[in-house]
Amino acid sequence: MRPFLYERPTSVSAAIAMASRLDARNVAPTQAKTQFIAGGTNLADYMKLGVAQPERLLDLNELTEPALRQIKTDDDTIRFGALVRMGEAADNNDVRRRCPLLADSLKFAASGQLRNMASLAGNVLQRTRCEYFRETSWPCNKREPGSGCAAMQGVNRQHAVLGTSDACIATYHGDFAQALIALDAVVEVEGQRGPRKIPFASLHRLPGDTPNIETDLAADEVIVAIEVPLDPWSRRSRYLKIRDRESYAFALASAAVALEMDGNTVRQARIALGGVATVPWRARAAEDALRGNVLDDKIAAAAAEAAFADARPREHNAFKIPLGKRTLVRALLETRDMKV
Amino acid sequence: MSNSTSPSGLSRRTFMTGSVTAAAAMPLMATSPKAAELSPARAAEPRDLSTISLRINKQAYTLALDNRTSLLDALRDHVGLTGTKKGCDHGQCGACTVLVDGKRVLSCLSFAVMNQGREITTVEGLASADGELHPVQQAFVDHDAFQCGYCTPGQIVSAIGCIDEGHAGSEDDIREYMSGNLCRCAAYPNIVAAIIQARDEIRRA
Ligand SMILES: Cc1cc2nc3c(=O)[nH]c(=O)nc-3n(C[C@H](O)[C@H](O)[C@H](O)COP(=O)(O)OP(=O)(O)OC[C@H]3O[C@@H](n4cnc5c(N)ncnc54)[C@H](O)[C@@H]3O)c2cc1C
Ligand code: SF4
Ligand code: FES
Ligand code: FES
Repeated sequence: MRPFLYERPTSVSAAIAMASRLDARNVAPTQAKTQFIAGGTNLADYMKLGVAQPERLLDLNELTEPALRQIKTDDDTIRFGALVRMGEAADNNDVRRRCPLLADSLKFAASGQLRNMASLAGNVLQRTRCEYFRETSWPCNKREPGSGCAAMQGVNRQHAVLGTSDACIATYHGDFAQALIALDAVVEVEGQRGPRKIPFASLHRLPGDTPNIETDLAADEVIVAIEVPLDPWSRRSRYLKIRDRESYAFALASAAVALEMDGNTVRQARIALGGVATVPWRARAAEDALRGNVLDDKIAAAAAEAAFADARPREHNAFKIPLGKRTLVRALLETRDMKV
Repeated sequence: MSNSTSPSGLSRRTFMTGSVTAAAAMPLMATSPKAAELSPARAAEPRDLSTISLRINKQAYTLALDNRTSLLDALRDHVGLTGTKKGCDHGQCGACTVLVDGKRVLSCLSFAVMNQGREITTVEGLASADGELHPVQQAFVDHDAFQCGYCTPGQIVSAIGCIDEGHAGSEDDIREYMSGNLCRCAAYPNIVAAIIQARDEIRRA
């Protein structure tokens, strides 16, 4: 691991000023000399592996603004402070009751220990687990732009079938982000340029030709909160996650579903897919296929077809297409049958 | 063992004697001229040691450590508490579980410097002063909840966290919320039984 300086800002403005001091402009946060650390469960891992090489870490855990650690709910929103831990949010009764999808996407992620450590902001920014990205002896366009992609011809069973490019097919593995993109969450950010709100769907970038640029954030920008609107479909919502083992594993396929029903007819649907795409993946075509229709096996299957219409399999991951479709069908029918 | 030295140049035996009397702080500081605080004239450099104070099993420690040191390595290699195990060193097995301010975490993914001022509890800190085992330790003995024992310190500390969080209500809950602790010997059924016994005992107390 590369040696690094370690500092502990006590306010968001101090953190921004410290991050701006060196080289924050025109460089992705993951390549900057100064990087933020929260739970450390993703960054410390990648520093040990030599994938991340910050020269200076700013520890966000001593920031004193109370809102960073609070979950606030009112009639029409849930606002999560950036430093709220995954476990705390998963156990929050208000969150569980008013939007089970949010709570379950956290409960079925990682492990009890990791959920106690990991912050919600760090969670949405977690980097891919692509084996070739993690091991620095392989070519990888995300880690080392222009070096090639070892996964294309390699073992790509875990890789994405949606949102891929010729440069990178790495899966975005997070679960919480699927709930957030389905529910039109907004990310509140502060930085040298001032505060701004980013629709969750604009936070992550498709790999395209620049898989090394993963998000819309600048290196001096701190996520301070994530705000989720509460809508008529929030209570009838569910996260279904399918994995190689029943717990403590990333999704092979998952579905985040929220429905507003009028009897058996779908008034509104919100759908996102995990484990199968390069970024958090909103399945708008599937939503359109459901809207105004009676939700039965047939229409659920049609929605799943629509969701994967553009899927592009590689040598070892073609199974994710039928698995992803079945996962979505089951999630839709189970969400329909929820008692709310 | 008297030949093994800590990075501060103290022999491990000297150091452990010092720590038992809770007087480790001064000798360590004194032999660590590189600690950043001691040379304010020069800008800090990445290889400088950082001085951190924390409590481990109810004793105060001050350690001079490279920023890269994980909490796990600090405990094992610098303090001499080798009960906490290193399985994967990447957050994937749970062998390194400790309590930080009462919450179970993975010490392999936590930089030691990030634990300034915190209260750490390791498996060595669970039994009472007179040697009576913690209910979870006793339950692991009663139920033979291990074979090789390598995962056991992590399992025990994690189980304490799991019970304390209120996530040991049913067998299914225990399996779900203990899934972060892998056991290569697959002692899982006995681990679940042990946790149920300990949970009930802790509830009664
Ligand atoms: C074995 C294992 C299994 C896992 N399983 C799952 C799983 O099933 N599902 C899942 O979703 N996740 C899983 N994870 C990933 C885990 O959830 C993430 O590592 C964690 O959520 C990251 O949060 P953190 O606070 O530890 O982030 P850190 O590691 O501290 O930071 C991650 C990134 O976010 C940046 N960052 C952090 N906070 C901020 C902020 N406020 N503003 C700007 N930038 C910030 C950091 O600079 C860094 O680049 C697993 C991890 C491990 C090790
Ligand atoms: S899939 Fe992406 S992350 Fe994986 S090796 Fe290829 S370029 Fe790197
Ligand atoms: S050694 Fe920390 S989780 Fe394996
Ligand atoms: S007892 Fe051997 S690994 Fe668990």
